[in-house]
Amino acid sequence: MAEKPLRVLVGKVGLDGHDRGAKVVAQALRDAGMEVIYTGLRQTPEQIVETALQEDVQVIGLSILSGAHMQLLPPVLEMLREQGSHDIIVIVGGIIPREDIVYLKDQGIAEVFTPGSSTENIISFIKDRIMQNQ
Amino acid sequence: MSDQDNKIQLDERKKEWLGKLNEILEKYPERKQFKLDSDLELETVYDPLSLDGFDYTDKLNWPGEYPYTRGIQPTMYRGRLWTMRQYAGFGSAEETNERFRYLLDQGQTGLSVAFDLPTQIGYDSDHPLARGEVGKVGVAIDTLADMEILMEKIPLDKVSTSMTINSPAAVLLAMYMAVAEKQGIPMDKLNGTIQNDILKEYVARGTYIFPPRESMRLIVDIFAFAGENIPAWNTISISGYHIREAGSTAVQEVAFTLSNAIAYVEAAIAAGMEVDQFGPRLSFFFNAHSNFFEEVAKFRAARRVWAALMKERFGAKNPRSMMLRFHTQTAGSTLTAQQPDVNLMRVAYQALSAVLGGTQSLHTNSRDEALALPSEQSVLLALRTQQVIGYEIGATDTVDPLGGSYFIEKLTDHIEEEVLRYIKRIDDLGGAVEAIEKGFIQKEIQASAYRYQKEVESKERVVVGVNSFTVSGEQPIDLLRMDPATSQRQVERLKEVRLSRDQGKVSEALQQLRKAAKTSENTMPHILNAVKAYATLGEICGVLRDVFGEYQQQITL
Repeated sequence: MAEKPLRVLVGKVGLDGHDRGAKVVAQALRDAGMEVIYTGLRQTPEQIVETALQEDVQVIGLSILSGAHMQLLPPVLEMLREQGSHDIIVIVGGIIPREDIVYLKDQGIAEVFTPGSSTENIISFIKDRIMQNQ
Repeated sequence: MSDQDNKIQLDERKKEWLGKLNEILEKYPERKQFKLDSDLELETVYDPLSLDGFDYTDKLNWPGEYPYTRGIQPTMYRGRLWTMRQYAGFGSAEETNERFRYLLDQGQTGLSVAFDLPTQIGYDSDHPLARGEVGKVGVAIDTLADMEILMEKIPLDKVSTSMTINSPAAVLLAMYMAVAEKQGIPMDKLNGTIQNDILKEYVARGTYIFPPRESMRLIVDIFAFAGENIPAWNTISISGYHIREAGSTAVQEVAFTLSNAIAYVEAAIAAGMEVDQFGPRLSFFFNAHSNFFEEVAKFRAARRVWAALMKERFGAKNPRSMMLRFHTQTAGSTLTAQQPDVNLMRVAYQALSAVLGGTQSLHTNSRDEALALPSEQSVLLALRTQQVIGYEIGATDTVDPLGGSYFIEKLTDHIEEEVLRYIKRIDDLGGAVEAIEKGFIQKEIQASAYRYQKEVESKERVVVGVNSFTVSGEQPIDLLRMDPATSQRQVERLKEVRLSRDQGKVSEALQQLRKAAKTSENTMPHILNAVKAYATLGEICGVLRDVFGEYQQQITL
């Protein structure tokens, strides 16, 4: 029996328009057999959560390089909890200082990938986590 | 010996040498296949045969002579070094003003303003979408009051200012003019650049507001208004920098930038302007990436292609219209979070390639930019890098020192040919605006970005400290932290300005702007009036959003 492909939302949160990383990751996830929903630029936390629920994804991958991560990421987690979605994992890529990473993980971000991360690591991280959840 | 005999003899001797080379290669194969970022496979060595039929006058000529391959001035850096212009801006106008004055004290020769994202997208600091973004990647500017603080005690007749602003460029330029007027500076003494290059926003940088055609109209309004009122101002900086950061190759960077430039020239001509009326005020902005010789050749090729386009395609007569003048920034995307001090070396080599390529102005990135906004200490080191190149190593003592190198000339020719091929493809699609609307340019850039990432992950491309020569247990370096109270203070100042201004004057100015936007009347004088009445950036852009509509991103994945 063929396995159902993993569904992942890849999105840019906030006003930052640098989407090279988000697009490269989206393409790599697709090449790895996942179904990727790419939101495009300038998404609010509300829009991200709404799309994630509508599209029934297992993973949300957010990209942010503008430094607004401390204000824009925690609301995503809060809204997911409010909606009763405890099994969607949220990962983040971008320019994020070390001490902020510690804080964001405390808040429930599963992993933060900083510049230089490989798409292979991201793919295996997602697969491992989803298997753990099942 | 005649040239022909000489060539025959060279041919024979090369064949002999190739025979020996092949014997060696059988025993000791080369490390890998060598190629450029632009995918050209490189030969083991370049020699006179690589440049068969090369005509010095036609291809190079002397510096300051058409087609300006060797530089736009006869003396280049023997006369004056490039402008050392570090891009800076963060937090409030007060904090950025302090950083500006620090950099000027350290020997920087021009200012370069980074605006925060709400400013770049035409939102006031209290707009809901500005949440978390105020003062982050640049300074927050809501009204003329902020610009007055930003430029306090900075002599605008002596310092040239570059402002990285695109969609709302007209508004920020108007604010700058209004501050200069208050400082009592004559408009013809104002020197600087607004980026004002909207086309690359749709494909690479994302800070668009209006649809492409409406944006083009605003740009042409600025060309016409600035041409009459601030004659020394560079009205556009057509930017390949962000195209490269988004993942393009060196060839694509030049090709897409020059295609965008062609679109601007055509738009201005269609609006009734003469090419030599605005041609001398067009300027460019390129990236200095890591493949050293390819980058040097890229800058030289870009000058040659542009000179020919302006002369032959657009019939420019003024040599200044044909000279491609450019600012360069080292490649932020090549900087690594791992072993950040290694970034100092990357930046130094990239900067040297820009200098050997003949740049007019340079920004060197700071070592900590893959981790956070640069700290003052890192910015100082980055500026010192330029000063070492400018004053210590002799790179500036003769003009175009790599000119005539078999390798550099062959690369320059190759990049020129490939750029022309791309420009033709874009022309066939109907020009840059059409090519962007069809998603062609976006897809080309994405394909290159993906290829680059694959090469890094397969280690075909070595990135020191990332996929090779890694260390564990790295020491953290001191990072700049933003004061979270900045955003609140900015919102409070905005409220105060709204309360203290003459509301009737603001409404009248905005109404006049709305009328002009609906017709073909130049919008700039009305934007200037609105700014002087302390209308906010958000209010002015709001009027234009109403009239022009907003751009909906085309997702090309």
